[in-house]
Amino acid sequence: MEETRPVKIQVRGLSKVFGKQPKRALELRDQGLKRPEILEKTGQTLGLSNISFDVYEGELLVIMGLSGSGKSTLIRCLNRLIDSTEGDIVIDGENIPTLGEKALLECRRRHFSMVFQNFALFPHRTVQQNAEFGLEIRGIDKAKRREIAHGALQQVGLGGWEDAYPNQLSGGMQQRVGLARALANDASVLLMDEAFSALDPLIRKDMQQELLQLQTRMQKTTVFITHDLDEALSIGDRIVLLKDGEVVQIGTPEEILTQPADDYVRRFIEGVDRARILTAESAMRPVRTSARDSDGPRTALHRMRDYSLDSIYVTDRDRRLLGLLEADAASRAIEERADKLTAYLTQDFRRVSPEEPLQNLFAMFSEKSYPIAVVDDEQRLLGVVVKGAVLHELARAGEEH
Amino acid sequence: MDIPRIPLGSWIESGLRWLTSEYSVVTRGISRFTQSGIDGLNDGLMWLPDWALMALIALLCWRLASVRLAIGAVAGLALIWNLGLWNPMIETLTLVVIATLVAVVIALPIGIVAALSERLYRVIMPVLDFMQTMPAFVYLIPAIPFFGIGAVSAIFATVIFSMPPAIRFTTLGIRQVPTELIEAADAYGATRGQKLFKVQLPLSLPTVMAGINQTIMLALSMVVIAAMIGADGLGSEVWRAIQRLRPGDGFEAGIAVVILAMLLDRLTQSLRKSRR
Repeated sequence: MEETRPVKIQVRGLSKVFGKQPKRALELRDQGLKRPEILEKTGQTLGLSNISFDVYEGELLVIMGLSGSGKSTLIRCLNRLIDSTEGDIVIDGENIPTLGEKALLECRRRHFSMVFQNFALFPHRTVQQNAEFGLEIRGIDKAKRREIAHGALQQVGLGGWEDAYPNQLSGGMQQRVGLARALANDASVLLMDEAFSALDPLIRKDMQQELLQLQTRMQKTTVFITHDLDEALSIGDRIVLLKDGEVVQIGTPEEILTQPADDYVRRFIEGVDRARILTAESAMRPVRTSARDSDGPRTALHRMRDYSLDSIYVTDRDRRLLGLLEADAASRAIEERADKLTAYLTQDFRRVSPEEPLQNLFAMFSEKSYPIAVVDDEQRLLGVVVKGAVLHELARAGEEH
Repeated sequence: MDIPRIPLGSWIESGLRWLTSEYSVVTRGISRFTQSGIDGLNDGLMWLPDWALMALIALLCWRLASVRLAIGAVAGLALIWNLGLWNPMIETLTLVVIATLVAVVIALPIGIVAALSERLYRVIMPVLDFMQTMPAFVYLIPAIPFFGIGAVSAIFATVIFSMPPAIRFTTLGIRQVPTELIEAADAYGATRGQKLFKVQLPLSLPTVMAGINQTIMLALSMVVIAAMIGADGLGSEVWRAIQRLRPGDGFEAGIAVVILAMLLDRLTQSLRKSRR
């Protein structure tokens, strides 16, 4: 799937040496020496070495690696909180490492919002004032920034908390403020530095889900750093895997799971092979809502709206799956004053048995975004499988191994 | 072996003499300006009826701190009044207020600069060590040729003696701001000025206030010592008691100093705590 999407950020040959004679370290690197030898010979750390990748417009790119892999350095090179030693970072035609002080400020304001691992909220400012920070820095007038920040807080579910101070909020809520601060700023790229790593697992899952929903809604170009495979697989459109300051593999979660580039990646996702014995049933979720064949189109449409779906599965009274009703088909049915749904159903979706290996489900998703229907031998609807759940199960299997 | 004595003292003296003659216009200007400040504040405080000033201070204590402090303030001030030390107390208060103001106005920018520049930090810190460890009396001596006997010399010596903690605490406060918050400000494209005024200074305010509190305390102790070069106030009461060997009078004036010190300390500390 070589890309037709426009490139937002182009990173080429990016390296970072921590030390006073970076040239020397890079020379040694070019002679084929690795990080530990360079450290021994020069006392300098090769933080990043020759990193190249693209971030596409509107995608959620995960940069993943263990501690020491250079992922935090990498994200800080993007907005130049850390100066890189060599290489290009081009965003909308501007090469960030070469920008002067003023142009850099302008570039940061226009292009980057950042969310931090430990939230980095300003303790002396209220939630509202924190959310306004980026706008205030840019000199947006008071009434306007209040309105925008208010909207951003609503969006992350913090309406009504405007006047609280960060230390009055739980960790999850604090990070929502961090997210609101980033969203209010409306820069073109969202940088998230281990944004959910400090949260406890349940809250973390929630935040991931919300980020995905936001992402679907806003299509904001996002670079997300994590050390957690599960997180990377369940939220990333694509993943850049780092090890010791070098890129090991770049690919979609599916590619990483199914075609690991080398032993390191293989070890990383070790046990995910057990996915072959994982089945659709393990990733299946109960159907949140469905329609009966005896329902009118209005009822069906109403239910879709209630659960914000754009299609709904239709069953008969024994829960046998008859087909899928799409929202526009339902509207058509209303226009044509039909009282039965049967004529408007489509069969253009996948149905699998609960025993279907999870691995096979990957391929099915690329076609349509409908959840896969899981049915028993008598075509009774047992549940649905969504993409995130498959990846989640695979990742979990990897961890348990 | 006969190693000649290094004439450090005479070097310093000729240096000071040169400064005095060369910059007499400047020192006289400063002197006049400071003196008028002192007189203005002193006259203002004296012009108020004693009871009104007392009520005003009590009100301040109550609003900024607590009812308890307000009651304590009234009791303490009443005692000073009763001992007949009201006017010397006002004179001392004036000197402390003016000296602290001058010290803080000089200290804040220096502290900020020292926090932001590693090089200046390395220059400024030894100077502060010098200023703080040099016996306080020594500052009184050059003050006289500069500004003559009296209140202005007292202010000069007091400012030098009491300024270091305000500088140190300002530097410390700014350096203590978590790097993550600095990163956050940078990431959103804040200029140096925005970073300083929106993040670094507000977050270091409690520490800066602690420094100012220390400065006030040092200023008070120095203002008392400055009685030796003719500064009026509680110090000169103590000085007179020493010369006449009257321990009773000495202690009365000393207790008045303690009351004033506690009052100023509690007030500035509550100011610090009331901030977030």
